[in-house]
Amino acid sequence: MAHQNCRDLLDGLSDYLDGEASAELCAEIRRHMADCTKCRVVVDTLGKTVKLYRELPKAEMTEETRERLYKVLDLSDFLRK
Amino acid sequence: MSENKEDMLLLERIRAGDRSGCDECVRRHAPGIYRLALRLTRNEAEAEDVMQETFLSAFKGIDRFDGRAELRTWLYRIAYNAAMMRLRRTRRDHVPLDEASEPDDGTPVPQELYDWSQVPERELEKTELRAHMEKAIGDLPGRLRTVFVMRELEDLSTEDTAQALGISAEAVKTRLHRARLWLRERLAGYFASDSRGTRR
Repeated sequence: MAHQNCRDLLDGLSDYLDGEASAELCAEIRRHMADCTKCRVVVDTLGKTVKLYRELPKAEMTEETRERLYKVLDLSDFLRK
Repeated sequence: MSENKEDMLLLERIRAGDRSGCDECVRRHAPGIYRLALRLTRNEAEAEDVMQETFLSAFKGIDRFDGRAELRTWLYRIAYNAAMMRLRRTRRDHVPLDEASEPDDGTPVPQELYDWSQVPERELEKTELRAHMEKAIGDLPGRLRTVFVMRELEDLSTEDTAQALGISAEAVKTRLHRARLWLRERLAGYFASDSRGTRR
């Protein structure tokens, strides 16, 4: 990421990966990646990073935590419904 | 019916004193509020307290909700504020997550350029990698982490995240991008160490 062009394109990479970049920017990034191995690696691994964290399992509260919440809110009678 | 429309009907029920409306609101939103609180506090007991405070405060102040934001966004804002207050109160050594607390370091320039994009899927599904990713998310600089969690893990829109945090949509986009680059760097380091056999 040594060239000024690489740094200029860096800010637009999320928009590019999210499909929100303009056609002009997309074309510029693709053109640049064809010649710049380092930027290609950054784009590919950035996309993979996004994919990975989106697949992380979601934390769930325990039943006891839920019961205490309902008790605090005076809604315990709804737990059995 | 859209989620927003459902929430507006739910709101009317809660305002009318319908307790089953409160139950439905909790069922619908408590899991997300708990996850957000857990990501912010990194402590199960504190996350539980934040979640309880959020719903107590929301039901008590339901008449103050003006409907300009979505109900979920409003709840996330309350939870965020509750978490911030708690962190300020309980952890003097804690690095705050909110505004004005961290310098703006600009967009991080990628340093580790090891190409791990072709690592086989079975390698990416390993528990160890997931644990590393979780740790990296927990280590994100505070103001990046809050935006990251709301946008990417809780799926709030850019606008809703901006509303919940009281910042501009542009700031949300910038922080999310920096968070992604930050996480990419950490994962690249992980795979580079793995390839060199130096991972600890």
